[in-house]
Amino acid sequence: MSHQIISPLPGIFYRKPGPGKDPYVNEGDTVSAGQTIGLVEIMKQFSEVRAEFDGVLESFEIEDFGVVNPGDVIAVTS
Amino acid sequence: MAFDILEPGLATTVQDEGRIGYYRFGLPQGGSMDQYSASLANRLVGNTVAEAVLECTYIGPKIVTTTDAVIAVTGAPVDVFVNGEIVPEYERIALVTGDELKFGVIKGGTKYFIAVHGGIDVPEVLGSRSTYPIGAIGGVEGRALKAGDLVPVGVGRDNGLPELRAIALEDRPVFSKDVTVRVMLGLYDQNLSAKGLETLLNSEWVLTPVADRMGLRYSGPGVEWKEREQPFGAGQDPSNIVDAGYAVGSIQIPGGTQPIILHRDAVSGGGYAMVATVISADMDLVARCAPGTKTHFVAVTMEQALEARHENTARAARIWS
Repeated sequence: MSHQIISPLPGIFYRKPGPGKDPYVNEGDTVSAGQTIGLVEIMKQFSEVRAEFDGVLESFEIEDFGVVNPGDVIAVTS
Repeated sequence: MAFDILEPGLATTVQDEGRIGYYRFGLPQGGSMDQYSASLANRLVGNTVAEAVLECTYIGPKIVTTTDAVIAVTGAPVDVFVNGEIVPEYERIALVTGDELKFGVIKGGTKYFIAVHGGIDVPEVLGSRSTYPIGAIGGVEGRALKAGDLVPVGVGRDNGLPELRAIALEDRPVFSKDVTVRVMLGLYDQNLSAKGLETLLNSEWVLTPVADRMGLRYSGPGVEWKEREQPFGAGQDPSNIVDAGYAVGSIQIPGGTQPIILHRDAVSGGGYAMVATVISADMDLVARCAPGTKTHFVAVTMEQALEARHENTARAARIWS
């Protein structure tokens, strides 16, 4: 069963917790419900984007430093 | 009599009409970013226009009410849920003690407003309940809501609820991704070259994600300034001036690249040339714009600006009659 991870926010999507750090998760990795997969920056605040279900992160639909809008699919898990 | 905040949302603050009269001391007016939308919520629940509301930005709070309450949600389009059931925006909603209010993903715009009969009853600071987070005054302890806050709800007026239960479609604000914002030139448009002024008024500017209660930054082609020797006291960049007061709604263009509209929580002065000023009638429109909104600036005269203000006043008078 595939699940979409949706951004509730507009802003800039980051796959890493900070410059020079490793990405939170890579495509093909196993993720668990509640696990952080990236950040969205808006209004100088960084909000964590989390997986809602256990599974495998199949693909990112937004690239690192990409612009997101509310409702956009950030990643797909299965 | 309170709202129990289970989840605070991204940046939920108490706001009202603002803290007027202290701008000259450096304290911004604050208040609901989209005053018209906030006023519609107050109208539906039988308040005056002055009662404080909750301003929700992108992600709203999850609230359990500890009292029976009459509320309305207005502003940006969003699904509103009471105990998991969807309820309409722009209509009066009756909650009973223990009901849970929460929100879906915002579908446009930036901010929506929750009004409650009796108003949000935090203490007034300098004549207003508006939260000014940088100054740490107003609202709940001068900050955005946190989980665990108990937000006090006031006692409503004796004359109860209005006949009006829903705001007519034609009276609801529009949330567009393509807007024309009316401005008056000045106070420093003379620092732009003719080409720079032409670019400001004839280009498409796109709202960036760098937008909050203080200001909204736009990307676009940039503008050209006149060549001049910078006066003593001004910075070296042609976008700099000797410090001056900033009118509410001023547009400054640091470095000549990205215009910034100063909004309700902006500083009251500084050293950037204000090339134009958004007219008061269009400040709510600016507040409704989500990142990515295509924006054109059109110059109007003082007479046109005042006419637009009168139209807004007349609309408000009709809705409140």
